Amino acid sequence: MAIESTVLAWNRTWRVLALAATVAIAAWILYPRGGRPELTVATVNNAEMILMQRLSRDFEKQNGVKLNWVVLGENTLRQRLTIDISTGSNTFDVITIGSYEAPLWGERGWLVPLDDLGKDYGYDDIFPVVRQGLSYQGRMYAAPFYAESACTYYRKDLFRKAGLEMPVQPNYEEIRHFAQRLNDPAHNVYGICLRGEPGWGQNTALISMLIHRFGGRWVDMDWKPQLTSPPWVEAVSLYVDLVRNDGPPGAIADGYNENRALFANGNCAMWVDATSGAGALLDPSQSRVAGTTGFARAPMAKEGRGGTWMWCWGLAIPSSSTRASLAKRFVKWATSREYIATAGERFGWMRIPPGSRQSTYENPAYLAAAPFAPLVHEAILSADYTQPSVLPVPYVGLQYVGIPEFQAIGTEVGQEISAALAGHVTVEQALALAQSEVERALKGRSRK
Amino acid sequence: MTGAAATKPAYSRHSRALLAPSVVALFLWMIVPLAMTLWFSAERYNLLSPGKNSFAGWGNYRDLLAHRALWVAMGNTLLLVGLVLVITLFFGTLFSLLLDQDFPGRNLCRLLVIAPFFVMPTVSALIWKNMLMNPVFGLFAWITRSVGLGAIEYFSHMPLLSIVLIVGWEWTPFAVLILLPALQSLNPEQVEAARLDGAGPVALFRHIQLPHLLRPMAVVAMIEMIFLLSLFAEIYVTTGGGPGLASTNLAYLIFRDALLGWDVGRASAGGVIAIVLANIVVLFLMRVAGRNLEDVR
Repeated sequence: MAIESTVLAWNRTWRVLALAATVAIAAWILYPRGGRPELTVATVNNAEMILMQRLSRDFEKQNGVKLNWVVLGENTLRQRLTIDISTGSNTFDVITIGSYEAPLWGERGWLVPLDDLGKDYGYDDIFPVVRQGLSYQGRMYAAPFYAESACTYYRKDLFRKAGLEMPVQPNYEEIRHFAQRLNDPAHNVYGICLRGEPGWGQNTALISMLIHRFGGRWVDMDWKPQLTSPPWVEAVSLYVDLVRNDGPPGAIADGYNENRALFANGNCAMWVDATSGAGALLDPSQSRVAGTTGFARAPMAKEGRGGTWMWCWGLAIPSSSTRASLAKRFVKWATSREYIATAGERFGWMRIPPGSRQSTYENPAYLAAAPFAPLVHEAILSADYTQPSVLPVPYVGLQYVGIPEFQAIGTEVGQEISAALAGHVTVEQALALAQSEVERALKGRSRK
Repeated sequence: MTGAAATKPAYSRHSRALLAPSVVALFLWMIVPLAMTLWFSAERYNLLSPGKNSFAGWGNYRDLLAHRALWVAMGNTLLLVGLVLVITLFFGTLFSLLLDQDFPGRNLCRLLVIAPFFVMPTVSALIWKNMLMNPVFGLFAWITRSVGLGAIEYFSHMPLLSIVLIVGWEWTPFAVLILLPALQSLNPEQVEAARLDGAGPVALFRHIQLPHLLRPMAVVAMIEMIFLLSLFAEIYVTTGGGPGLASTNLAYLIFRDALLGWDVGRASAGGVIAIVLANIVVLFLMRVAGRNLEDVR
């Protein structure tokens, strides 16, 4: 009897508790949360963007806004955003996209033009090439956050020990010679590190720069693929030879991040890649070669023609956003001169988003902190993404081709080239397969 | 339907009415995505060219079937499933036999054998890729180097086998999880009797334990196949389907078409082909497993 009543009492207690919990949850859901407007911001998990997230508390306070952050890896973010924006759902108010997407999405009317951010925004301060890269038919669809070009990183100590000297402007013959001399697998030091991981933003980007340097092009003016032409064979053969003979083992799994880790760990004598790696390589807390890293221009082929590399991350606003004016205020804040100054003062000049504005490269504090700044400045100014090849081309873009099909094409070509790098097929076979893939993908265009 | 209901007691109609909502929900759950996939697979539909959708008929299928990638991917899918099944069944049986013995620390040992199954696929793939198989700073490279052999570049020279190794490691515990209790349920008197008749461990396994394990083995094979036909995370994390197409399976090919090419039509057609393939494989396996079980009886 006593036990029974205890059980009953317990039951009642539970029931009351459950009821209370239900009411509490319902109240929480139904309670009107008015007041501060909210903005949903989607961005990449690169160091510069993480910093933006931290600094954005200032913006929240000044404007009485609450920011919801969605921070994802580059590939995942791109997939998420493409699905979101092409289906017109208005999940995001501010998105982070690159110079590949901005003109394509602007053309489709998916983005709000950003030409009216005000006089004090300093449009003239933005590098023209950067602004152009984020525009379609003269209208800017994304505000530049940071931009990068390509350069050659090298180890000054290894070069000195071997009695070699890196020219300011190396060519690929010299690079091949250096790589042979400096390759020392017994001590886990490899002559050269290059991207091998397949993907349109990974090895295909490097290959694209190479073939343009060697005087090649992706397609001719009738959109006929040119992947079996001599410049392609020459460039890809050089790449495969370099990495197979003087590169680290397992290079086909190494993308940008893996190579940066290898170089920072002291495993590479040279590395040709994006300039945005420079900050991390000079940061002693992230790099064992901070004191011995040197910088040179991206290598040239014999004739020394063709473009290199140009990438810019920008902030854009989807047309479907219902808070476009507020979102504009955020975009303006995060890409302004004042933002760069605040970031530099608070977190150190090495960690500011570089490459977008002239004023950054006139700032003595930045120039003192970043010895690579003049080189990056020059590389960005010289990257003409409208003229990637010495031959006429129907596309824009240096390490990519600015057409919607390129994500698929670039991935497939990257796969075939990685098969050649792994030694499964010869370079000629890989390029023949890649050629047929690209032909298939561009069937619709070349018929036009 | 109505005829049958009329002859049955009235409560059956009530219970059917009460069941209906969940049955309908489950049916819709299955049929709506399937119908949409079938519809999309007959459309020219690319997310990046909005407003240009049109009816393609068999176009997407023709494109896919005429292309090398589909056939390579299909072969890889079957090879992957087959090899992992062989590995997990072999080691699963071996470990079950060992763990069925009485020895000190048996419980701890069982726990350790089961553990890999509870690691997330992406995590275990990353651990294998970066800590074990990396040719510069991986454990395997360190071992082979310290005995004077060079390092093997697993993901360039044997991409599919490397993935089979990782997946086999993940799924062997599952086989143990099913096979060990089955082995324990074997009647000890039967084992005793066989021993008295002079059966050694090999004969005991061949004639008593293996026949007893055939049915749970069929279960292991069936369930693993369902999961392995759509294997994705391990490939995405380690090789990205390469080099070339060497480790691309159907699931990865569909991912490439859908999320890199944004070609919804072709990806859907690939999905339909994957469904057909899965059904063929399951039918085949059920036949084989069924016949074996008949023999045992």
